[in-house]
Amino acid sequence: MSEKLTFQYVISGDDFTRAGEASSSVKNKLKQLGVDDAAIRKTAIAMYEGEINMVIHANGGMITVTISDTVIEMILADQGPGIKDISKAMQAGYSTAPEEVRSLGFGAGMGLPNMKKFSDEFQIESTPGVGTTVTMKVFL
Amino acid sequence: MTIKEMQDALNARLLFGEEFLDQDVQFIFSADMMSDVLAFCGKCSVLLTGLCNPQVVRTAEMLDIVCIIFVRGKMPDENILSLARNKKIVLLTTEHFMFTACGILYEHGLRGGA
Repeated sequence: MSEKLTFQYVISGDDFTRAGEASSSVKNKLKQLGVDDAAIRKTAIAMYEGEINMVIHANGGMITVTISDTVIEMILADQGPGIKDISKAMQAGYSTAPEEVRSLGFGAGMGLPNMKKFSDEFQIESTPGVGTTVTMKVFL
Repeated sequence: MTIKEMQDALNARLLFGEEFLDQDVQFIFSADMMSDVLAFCGKCSVLLTGLCNPQVVRTAEMLDIVCIIFVRGKMPDENILSLARNKKIVLLTTEHFMFTACGILYEHGLRGGA
């Protein structure tokens, strides 16, 4: 694979049951491309947590995935409420998710920490009232 | 231990995956919080959970989990079943509570993965 491949996904914010479809699609594409299993797993987990976050907190958004010979880059951009205190949000266990989200199996304050844990490079930019952009890289 | 042997040990009902029952499994993760599963599941290939929604199947898919066992008699709806069929993930449901189900499987030699 000498050229970069780019895939874009519009994430709907109103349907929790469909959350994860984009991550599933990326996982399948990486498998088809013969990418190393460990890298696929890291990408799938990191992106899936991000996708769930977008649905829970930001009413959806856009995910752009670029795959090259050396790196898988995921950019998750939303126009949600933004994060007031990023360092707090990065702490395992800190959550602003409502109780109903916890009953769905998420919202335990593990989303962002998991995204950081399973990516090789993690960047987050957020402005309250404007939105959040997370950039994650998994090196191949 | 095969999935079929697990099914028998738990007196569990098979909801999908007859053709995959011969698969061998060694490590199990049990949790209701999917973020914990994503964070800590490691090499586990079976998920024991009391949560019953499509994200359980999605989580399993991301982690290459081959079998989901619902505890406390939880019964997945058609949406969950069709997703599992699509992803070829075996679904079982047992009346046992989580603790008891874990104990039975541990007695049969299965272990946590982390």
